[in-house]
Amino acid sequence: MATLRNKFVPLGAAVAALALLSSLAPAPRVVHAQAAPTATAAPAAATPVNSCLDCHSSLPEPYGVTQDKFSQDIHSQKGLTCTSCHGGDNTSYDPTVAMSPAKGWKNFKDRKSIPQMCGSCHGNPTFMKQYDPGLRTDQLAQYHTSVHGKRLAAGDTKVAVCIDCHSVHDIRPPSDPHSTVYPLNIATTCSRCHSDAAYMKDYKIPTNQFANYNTSVHHDAMVNHGDLSAPTCTTCHGNHGAAPPGVDKVENVCANCHVFQAQMYEKSTHNKAFADRGLPGCVVCHSNHGIHMPSDAMLGTGPEGVCMRCHAPGDHCDRARVRIQNGLSQLDDSITAADKELRLAEDSGMEVSEARLAQDQAKDSLTKARVTIHSYQAALVENDIAAGMKIANKDLQAGKDAMVERDHRRIGLGISIFAIVIVLVGFWLYIRNKHY
Amino acid sequence: MCQCAEKQPHDETTRRRVMEAFLGGGILATLASFLYPVIRFMIPPPVADLGGSEVVAAKAADMKPNSGKIFRFGSRPGLLIMTADGTYKALSATCTHLGCTVQYRPDMHEVWCACHNGTYDVNGRNISGPPPRPLDAYDVHLRGDDIVVSRKQEG
Amino acid sequence: MSVFTAIYRWIDDRLHLDDILEFLRHKVVPIHSLSYWYFFGGMTLLLFIIQVITGILLLLYYHAGASEAFESVQYIMTQVQFGWLIRSIHSWSANLMILTAFAHMFSVVFLKAYRKPREMTWVSGMLLLFLVMGFGFSGYLLPWNTLAFFATKVGTEMAGQVPIVGHPLMVFLRGGDEVTGATLTRFFGFHVAVLPGIVTVLIAIHLFLVLRQGMSVPPKVELEWEAHPESRKEMRFFPNFALRETMAWYVVIGILGALAAIFPWNLGVKADPFISAPAGIKPEWYFLFMFQTLKLIPSKVWFIDGEVLGILGCSLVALLWTLLPFFEGDKPSNTKRWITGVSIFALFYMIGMTIYGYLAK
Repeated sequence: MATLRNKFVPLGAAVAALALLSSLAPAPRVVHAQAAPTATAAPAAATPVNSCLDCHSSLPEPYGVTQDKFSQDIHSQKGLTCTSCHGGDNTSYDPTVAMSPAKGWKNFKDRKSIPQMCGSCHGNPTFMKQYDPGLRTDQLAQYHTSVHGKRLAAGDTKVAVCIDCHSVHDIRPPSDPHSTVYPLNIATTCSRCHSDAAYMKDYKIPTNQFANYNTSVHHDAMVNHGDLSAPTCTTCHGNHGAAPPGVDKVENVCANCHVFQAQMYEKSTHNKAFADRGLPGCVVCHSNHGIHMPSDAMLGTGPEGVCMRCHAPGDHCDRARVRIQNGLSQLDDSITAADKELRLAEDSGMEVSEARLAQDQAKDSLTKARVTIHSYQAALVENDIAAGMKIANKDLQAGKDAMVERDHRRIGLGISIFAIVIVLVGFWLYIRNKHY
Repeated sequence: MCQCAEKQPHDETTRRRVMEAFLGGGILATLASFLYPVIRFMIPPPVADLGGSEVVAAKAADMKPNSGKIFRFGSRPGLLIMTADGTYKALSATCTHLGCTVQYRPDMHEVWCACHNGTYDVNGRNISGPPPRPLDAYDVHLRGDDIVVSRKQEG
Repeated sequence: MSVFTAIYRWIDDRLHLDDILEFLRHKVVPIHSLSYWYFFGGMTLLLFIIQVITGILLLLYYHAGASEAFESVQYIMTQVQFGWLIRSIHSWSANLMILTAFAHMFSVVFLKAYRKPREMTWVSGMLLLFLVMGFGFSGYLLPWNTLAFFATKVGTEMAGQVPIVGHPLMVFLRGGDEVTGATLTRFFGFHVAVLPGIVTVLIAIHLFLVLRQGMSVPPKVELEWEAHPESRKEMRFFPNFALRETMAWYVVIGILGALAAIFPWNLGVKADPFISAPAGIKPEWYFLFMFQTLKLIPSKVWFIDGEVLGILGCSLVALLWTLLPFFEGDKPSNTKRWITGVSIFALFYMIGMTIYGYLAK
């Protein structure tokens, strides 16, 4: 993802070389010009003479653009061509004419003008309506509010502009799995700069976000479980208006999905405590990029414990923590015990699907209790735990009842077998008696 | 057994009676133990649940307008909704995102999943949040006082 | 005059039962060291009667249809009083019946009871054996769980491998190209109507032949009795042998009840046609020896497809086995010993392959 700036010299040389070649060999040019219509006439009339592609398809990267590549670009599919963005004249094979500033040709080597250029169409609702009325047209405005936009305005051309994220000449819609901004690909796209320590040297921000994100439960949901609704970089940071949410706004971002946790947190003591100290809410305990599946160990005193990072042992909060932790493990154990009993019953051939279904509700209560942790009030957590315990105990009882029923069956069987034995004895005696 | 001539007739009778008791009593007992389960089996159980295709979700008297009720349908939960204008809707209550049990929100007049803030309309269509697919919808009929939910007929 | 006598008189006045009763009174059963094997035919019949009774009871609650079958069996197991018992008896009795049927068949082979004049009894018995396995195959699908679904898929697939008629046969069995709810409906029809009808007729023929011809005696015992007529031992069927057989039947019922109560049949997981087959799908144990044999045949033998060869081979063996009596003449010959040898091999092969198939992944 090197900047075009560095390739300026070779670009100039290539252009000069081309100009030289074109002046030396008019004949091949004519032949080429004659060949071009037949080559392009075969497909639909939508591909007219395009001198840009004809030359640039044989150039090396980054000037090389083949018909094949460009045909995958959404703009090409909508009938736009090189001159739509670059200006110039695509009917002439003379570079000085084709790439003449007088004909409006722009090369975007300074990068700074790219957002403006893209925005000239994409920011125009009337214009965009003829292509896709549903598309947003505020990307440029958003971009101006972003860190990238602001820095670009201040003269930093190292930051991302439209083509860095969306690619160029083969731009695909975000819904296309091959697009650089398809949800599964977004983190990789951002990481091209943000994980490059050398590139990011001057910015004094970490470059481990991508690595951390890849260990997260959100990444796992997306990649391993195919859940495209799971958050990626742009979900929390925005896409065109990309900026960190701000320390005091973090929980708003998380709240979009994790509603209950955020509501409880908002009403809790931690909200003000963290805000006053400039601490970033949810991130304090859950991290920002490397968010892992939470566990009850986070309430403990081991390496995963988060409470004791701030709280003193023995204080009011520590005692609340212990209550919550104990309650959760009690419910967890009860559910496991009920599962075990039900399993035992099932293995003995008893049917306990009703209780199994109720176990799901008990597990829901446990989940709810874990959500209620964010109120930081042990009493509230204990309410949810009590509800779950009721169900788990009922299920345990159901399992035990099933085992009792099983025993009844065995007793019934025993009685039948006893009766059969009596009959057999009776038959035997009868046969003996009658000398049969 | 050939000492019969020496035995008293009294012993003979006792022996025969014992044998008859064993045989007759035994046969009766075994027949009873065979017939008892068969007869109990033939008596229909109180819950005339007709397999997994149909279930009585609730009684009409129990449902109020703009409310929802979770019921068991086969081995999964279902959600019965009575909308504000009095129509019944029945949906699968398993969220299509990660499988949590959804609920009806009277304040939103929509179906909501607490796990990740997914929302569906009362017809099951996923309208916001992570759920990728609508909820399965079921047919609802009133039969007397029973609200009966059944699976949609396969085409 | 007791009630029984009165009833007998009434029927006798109309049907003249004398000759039938005379015939029955004179029925005898040869007694020798191997007489206990005579029980197996009757046990198979008992188990069949139990199947009919429990099957009819299950019919009161079972729904045959892809969306209802599993749930209806679940309903029987959980909601219906003693439903678990009736269903478990039906499943266990099915397996025991196939076991006793095979034991009966092999005892007939080793006791050489298939010889002239009992060829028809043997052939009707073999047909009954095939139909009983058909009962097992069709009945196994009815609870519509995952194991049954895939076992049916594999089994009908093999039927489709038969040359020429294979594909139409498979489509006929499946009610389509794939195993679907249509297969379930069809198998249900086979299981409760078609097969019971045919089997009842065949049992009637089989029993008639046995009654008419009496019990056969193994060759060695035959020779012994011809040489020493006084060593001949026989027992009247009514009531002597009948009483003993009733005792045996009670034992079978007791075993059946114990199995049903201590090892109830499980429900499994409802079939989902769209998931991929779980690893290690196997048919029921009575098909295992064939299944394992097919697995061992290389995929290509010469130019013939291995599976086709296997199926044709099995079919040929079944046909030859059915025609067994016609290979053996009246006179003692090498064929007799050869047949005994083959039979011993067959028995051990089947047992060995079944164990192998059970243990293999």
